[in-house]
Amino acid sequence: MTLLTATGLHKAFGPTPALAGAGITVDAGEIVAIMGPSGSGKSTLLHCLAGILTPDAGTVLYRDVDLGSLPDARRSELRRTEFGFVFQFGQLVPELSCVENVALPLRLAGIKRRDAEARATEWLEKLEVAEVAAKRPGETSGGQGQRVAVARALITGPKVIFADEPTGALDSLNGERVMTLFLAAARATDAAVVIVTHEPRVAAYADREVVVRDGRTRVVEPAA
Amino acid sequence: MSLGHALLGLLERGPGHGYDLKKAYDDQFGQDRPLHYGQVYTTLSRLLRNGLVQEAGVEAGSGPDRKRYAITDAGVTDVETWLGTPEKPEPYLQNTLYTKVVLALLSGREAADVLDTQRAAHLNAMRELTRRKTDGDLADQLICDYALFHLEADLRWLELTTARLDQLAKRVGR
Repeated sequence: MTLLTATGLHKAFGPTPALAGAGITVDAGEIVAIMGPSGSGKSTLLHCLAGILTPDAGTVLYRDVDLGSLPDARRSELRRTEFGFVFQFGQLVPELSCVENVALPLRLAGIKRRDAEARATEWLEKLEVAEVAAKRPGETSGGQGQRVAVARALITGPKVIFADEPTGALDSLNGERVMTLFLAAARATDAAVVIVTHEPRVAAYADREVVVRDGRTRVVEPAA
Repeated sequence: MSLGHALLGLLERGPGHGYDLKKAYDDQFGQDRPLHYGQVYTTLSRLLRNGLVQEAGVEAGSGPDRKRYAITDAGVTDVETWLGTPEKPEPYLQNTLYTKVVLALLSGREAADVLDTQRAAHLNAMRELTRRKTDGDLADQLICDYALFHLEADLRWLELTTARLDQLAKRVGR
């Protein structure tokens, strides 16, 4: 089943075009890597897919609903309930403990503190970072912090997780640990994952890749 | 890397003598190792036998260099197939890949497609290794990592070359 379909996306920042006719489809439960050199438009594409940015032209359909046709409030709700996000760093609230950070999306959805934190603790265990539950993000290592961020992205049971260079700030061993645990958890919940990365070794965890070059997507079918 | 394909690719620009081909090859690819005449003529007679080139006139005089060769339709198809088929991803491909890219540029084909096709094949191989690594023990992981790092280095080269295609096109005279 196709979850996301983007066609003919154009987006410019001032005079600089970031996307010039990009398109992509993402199926349910699929892991897709978006690759490309710096400045190719891959993050802009991710932000358009996730409804964070509105394209100048072209459409993004999520389950056949045009994101551009939704009022802002409905789009925000979608991002909170159906989508999850993992960025390179700096996404955790520094004043909250790790378990509070992971529980936050549930708390915002009106779930009681005790229940939310119990589920957050389970997710921290799945990501093998239970030991940092009471620590603040600033007291954890980069790899631990990213696993906390992944737990927070997954706790609402999203259908799609958008990850922008999720291992970009980590060394290769920690990066691999994060990728392995992240994708195992995503596959276990049948969430689709869209990962922006310039690292081939990260892209190799995905089911397939889409290359963005000069704001356009290229899909090359590998020879059998 | 196949010399036959390289000579065929060079013949696509127009018929030539063995000597012309050797010179064109040496100019483009033979900086470190110029071709021997013997290699050129052995390869040309094989291509002739297989119908990939044909004789295009013999000039008066003596010596093997009097014959002109032209690529046949079958020869063009052969080059086309070779350029369109990714090499088996393995280390030390640079000579073959460089040759493919230059010939694609010389013949006015999309060199970016050659690089993209190869990139897709490399990533496929990396995906397979990543799967084996994820399911394997430490020894599997280390062996797979070795191959993964080498393939990654190739991929970086492919990306960089893609970014420099315009420059390279000028350099090879297209």
